[in-house]
Amino acid sequence: MVSSSTTTNLPAPRIPHLVCPAGSLPALKAAVDNGADAVYLGFKNSTNARNFAGLNFDDKGLREGLRYARDRGREVLVAINTYPQAGRLPEWHGAVDAAADLGATAVILADVGLLAYAAERHPDLHRHLSVQGSATSYEAINFAQDAFGVRRAVLPRVLTLAQVENVVRHTTVEIEVFGFGSLCVMNEGRCWLSSYATGESPNTVGACSPAKYVRWEQDGKSMNARLNGILIDTYGEGEPAGYPTLCKGRFEVAGETGYALEEPTSLNVVELLPQIAAAGVAAIKVEGRQRSPAYVGQVTRVLRQAIDALKAPGFAVKPAWQSELAKVAEGTQVTLGAYDRPWR
Amino acid sequence: MPNPIKLAIGPILFYWSKDEVQNFYLQASDSPADIVYVGESVCSRRCQLRTADWIGLARDLADAGKEVVLSALALAESEGDLIALRKLVAACAESGGRIRLEANDLGAVKVAAEAGVPFVCGPHLNVYNEATLAWFAAKGATAWVPPLEAPRSLIEPLHASRPAGMATEVFAWGKIPLAFSARCFTARHYGLKKDDCQFRCLDHADGLTLATREGQSFLTMNGIQTMSAQHYSLLAELPVLRQLGIDALRLSPQSKDFFAVLAAFDAARRDPAATPSLPPGCTEHGLCDGYWHGQAGIAKVSAEDDTLATAACGA
Repeated sequence: MVSSSTTTNLPAPRIPHLVCPAGSLPALKAAVDNGADAVYLGFKNSTNARNFAGLNFDDKGLREGLRYARDRGREVLVAINTYPQAGRLPEWHGAVDAAADLGATAVILADVGLLAYAAERHPDLHRHLSVQGSATSYEAINFAQDAFGVRRAVLPRVLTLAQVENVVRHTTVEIEVFGFGSLCVMNEGRCWLSSYATGESPNTVGACSPAKYVRWEQDGKSMNARLNGILIDTYGEGEPAGYPTLCKGRFEVAGETGYALEEPTSLNVVELLPQIAAAGVAAIKVEGRQRSPAYVGQVTRVLRQAIDALKAPGFAVKPAWQSELAKVAEGTQVTLGAYDRPWR
Repeated sequence: MPNPIKLAIGPILFYWSKDEVQNFYLQASDSPADIVYVGESVCSRRCQLRTADWIGLARDLADAGKEVVLSALALAESEGDLIALRKLVAACAESGGRIRLEANDLGAVKVAAEAGVPFVCGPHLNVYNEATLAWFAAKGATAWVPPLEAPRSLIEPLHASRPAGMATEVFAWGKIPLAFSARCFTARHYGLKKDDCQFRCLDHADGLTLATREGQSFLTMNGIQTMSAQHYSLLAELPVLRQLGIDALRLSPQSKDFFAVLAAFDAARRDPAATPSLPPGCTEHGLCDGYWHGQAGIAKVSAEDDTLATAACGA
């Protein structure tokens, strides 16, 4: 229930910006060409929470991507969203400096020490509070605004739509929410499941369930997927096998075997877009910097159409949008995630 | 002899009945623990004790001579969660410095800092570097708990460079809280909606074990929290922790044998030559200490306690 307060402002409905992932230059171009208002990307190192081999940007690639996006009037947001490790601050400071020097629109940061550095050294560079910063209340977000002048905060995927609206009512910081993509079921920035199994986590090296720990093993007619030796899932003959992200494995609890934490499924909020716009949300984010340019292009194209449809009265979800999105959804399943209160 | 390293009883992470909680803190009050955390840090639906009850417990423990810390929720979602947070901070302010706050998110840091209430940076505040530690110190933090995945190689230099007046408290015993979610896994296991969970966590005093399909105990489901199935133990590392000058060790409550575990840590901290043993049966799924050694958290590196771990695993 949303409570009233004397400091409450009614959120103004707005057409949210569409923020799309770019794990590579072709993906960036696909996002821009299909109507993203902004792309977000990261460097090829552990300052980036999607530090996957073969992906992400060096200075030269970022310069080229920036030029491509800028020439078409779009923004480039640089995610430096892991936590700087003790004794290695210069690596993260260098990433912030590079993003500023190259002319990025904003940096997306999680660590308070790094936010303080960016605010002091590069006051003109916009600062966004990363989803990895785990700010779930307006108190947390307003604190980041007072302390570091953050302009936007990305909400973790843990709030209901009513709770999102309550946050918007109590802050002047722009609010960005996830709209489509693989669902991180845990509160981002606070999940150590990956390091419990492998020693490496999103917070430290920027990867969850890192590929170098994955082992596939044929066992008769079934296929086992192991993460650092721990059996994450077993697939029967002909059963499609997904990437063994450990929270989406099948486990046994009190004699029952199944997806005890989460199914392989994708978040898809297209049907909620009118409520999201009415809540005053500033931007909708698409997950998937590890996905192909084809995925980025397709999701961007559909969400562009859906968001543009908000500008006319009588928004209605087109079946074609949902079927296009279902093709690129994980496990071809979709969910409203935490926005939908009965989530269980 | 220098002051021994302090022992802290962390917040109860499970859902226990009001009687069980009160009995636990009666024992805690008479225990060798120096610091006691009270409060609900996991799930706001857990209401056997109301915020006022937790504050009452905190005052009783402070009167009994303990250093007391009120723990705030790690995952604040609703206006109600913020109202509870403000009550905790007000109680800390009224205590005249006897009671501090454990801040587990930036919102709690804001409310504490604005009220001038000293706070502990809980393990979920993600202090991985010296600049961040200094920043929280400037906001009024008087202690910090390193992220639970942090190895010795990260904790040691941060502890050495800590700002004046900042105490370092290392998580040294218990199931490791690894993640939080909007989804309640316990309710889901029972086919219940989160808002109608029927408080099934009350049936699982130490959580619900999640095993791989080949029977390896792996995780613990505790409502919206996911924990390790194994108990983290740094008992064997006490000589090193002492040598590093770590200020306090956090022992995380469990329903069985907790005060015997506390006694083992107490014996070890008082006598470097002692080789205290943990009570048999204090852990169902064995011990782990990989995080301290820079390995996978589930790994067991130190040779000590192996007998216990093996016995528990085989049980």
